[in-house]
Amino acid sequence: MDIFANLAIGFDVALSPFTLALAIAGCILGTMIGSLPGLGPSNGVAILIPLTFSFGLDATQALVLMTSVYYGAMYGGRISSILLNIPGDEPAMMTCLDGYPMAKAGRAGDALVLSGVASFVGALLATIGLMLLAPLLARVAYQFGPAEYFALYMLAFATLGGIGSNNQAKAALAVCIGLGIATIGVDASTGMTRFTGDNMHLFDGIDFLVAIVGLFAVSEVLVFIESHGKDSAIGVKLEKVRIPWADIARTKWTMLKATVIGFIAGLLPGAGASLGSFLAYMQEKSSVRDNSQFGKGDPRGIAAPEAGNNAAAGGALVPMLTLGVPGSGTTAVLLALLMTLNITPGPTLFNDRPEVVWGLIASLLIANVVLLVLNVPMVKMFSRVLQVSPAILLPGVTLVAFVGIYSLTGSYFDLLLMIGFGVLGYLLRKMDIPSVPVILGILLGGHMEVNLRRAMVLSDGDWTYLFSSNISVGLWIAAVLGFLAPFIFRGKLKPPTQSS
Amino acid sequence: MTDRITGLIVVVLALAYFAGATQLQEPFFSDPLGPKAFPMMIASVAVICGLVMIMKPDQEPEWPGLTTFMHIGFAVVALVFYAYTLKPLGFLVSTAIAGTAVSYLIEARAKNAVVTGVLFSGALFLIFKFIFGLSLFALPRWLMG
Repeated sequence: MDIFANLAIGFDVALSPFTLALAIAGCILGTMIGSLPGLGPSNGVAILIPLTFSFGLDATQALVLMTSVYYGAMYGGRISSILLNIPGDEPAMMTCLDGYPMAKAGRAGDALVLSGVASFVGALLATIGLMLLAPLLARVAYQFGPAEYFALYMLAFATLGGIGSNNQAKAALAVCIGLGIATIGVDASTGMTRFTGDNMHLFDGIDFLVAIVGLFAVSEVLVFIESHGKDSAIGVKLEKVRIPWADIARTKWTMLKATVIGFIAGLLPGAGASLGSFLAYMQEKSSVRDNSQFGKGDPRGIAAPEAGNNAAAGGALVPMLTLGVPGSGTTAVLLALLMTLNITPGPTLFNDRPEVVWGLIASLLIANVVLLVLNVPMVKMFSRVLQVSPAILLPGVTLVAFVGIYSLTGSYFDLLLMIGFGVLGYLLRKMDIPSVPVILGILLGGHMEVNLRRAMVLSDGDWTYLFSSNISVGLWIAAVLGFLAPFIFRGKLKPPTQSS
Repeated sequence: MTDRITGLIVVVLALAYFAGATQLQEPFFSDPLGPKAFPMMIASVAVICGLVMIMKPDQEPEWPGLTTFMHIGFAVVALVFYAYTLKPLGFLVSTAIAGTAVSYLIEARAKNAVVTGVLFSGALFLIFKFIFGLSLFALPRWLMG
């Protein structure tokens, strides 16, 4: 079997002492980042990326560290959902619904352990799914030409703007902002500069890491300054932690179903983990016979979203690695990491750099076991992290972001740009305009234009070429459906609320 | 109202961007599409988005009061100050000032804020200088000789 031979390569890489240490450090750091309200996987990974460069890690090591942080943050997000009723990150929102009521009923420990186990099941099975599915998809991706890639980018933006948002016009605007920013700098096809206003700093374009750290980290600080004092959550005390075997046994099918749903949601480009946990929760609630306890601390209401969002996190890596199209905000940040390391994700990655792909997969398998240990027996330690005051935490975030970007580019102009993106991110957030499409636009804009122009060169300017293969027609249909789905299902997909 | 104003700004900016795209020079040997087409497509979509925002605005967002706005403004000023002083003032001083400012704006307790800023400044300097090996100047260069 191919897979076992490849896995052997992967474990060879992943079990080298330094890589293993990075994976464990990433898991610990990630769980901490995830459990802190306001710091989620995407901004956590974003502020850490510049550091991996200054630390001089190679591609595999950097990727292992960052995906461990990513997985860790997905696990950790539930801790503050359950103990404080504040989601540690967006995908953990659904876990508040039943997690906090269960904690209030004196079963905080049980809720944390159960959700930890559910995270483990979801993440582990999704990593196995990634292992099986990614090489297959990579083979399909070999048939992709410029027309197909252009259609694929359209699909990513359409699903992001359709299923992933409340207002299509605003999401589409966000995409346009990102694509517009991506056109700044030297045009790769002709070598002429565009939209630089003769500012020398802009000739190379805007570094996407500057945009990412600004939009995700600096804007978070501004949001916190606005909301300070308001988040006076009453925490639930965590007593002795034991393993609730009965609940785990009762929810095993719930976890498996939620894993499948979450994984599929993660595969959709642009949909991501929040959709995974949402769909898993809704499906579970509507399919069980007695759902009167949902929203009041039903264990199934904790197991479903946690298995769902962690499975989606694994699923989202599939399109990122095989097609170079991220399925979520965090995978977009990971894509930025790869691009900065001069690695082009896509089908060729699987042949050219097997040690990167399989080293990553093996590390994720190891990381899951580490995370189970961190998140079940040692969960009490991480619950202490919640007591860190934002007045200490956020200056730390700001300063690390500054020094990280400064160490990358050494230019005060980039620091100013980053602050500008921070302000932009704050305004976008106030107006309910999503910032993930902006990032995705900046990241993919260059590729999207190059592929469009290449397609036009191949067809000598004939636009019908864009719809000339079965794959591209299929992608265009999926894109239209993904964008229009919310119009059709509007009202059916209303988020449920907690009943206390 | 916010959405309407933003929509209007978006339309104006998108038209300006479109106009900028038409001014781009086409090189003599160019691909069939050239450097103008893609920006023009983006601008057209953005204009539509802006018009939709004007015609179908969402509910008004909850804007913070004047004091909070001023706090956010102070934070931005402090960060810009940090960006400009990082080199001339050296890492320790500029970082301590920025850290103190951000901490104070989140929780107005002067003593804690100063402690946070100074400790972060020292700790980050040690970490970045000696673990990550960055070349940072601790103090202003004229002091370091």
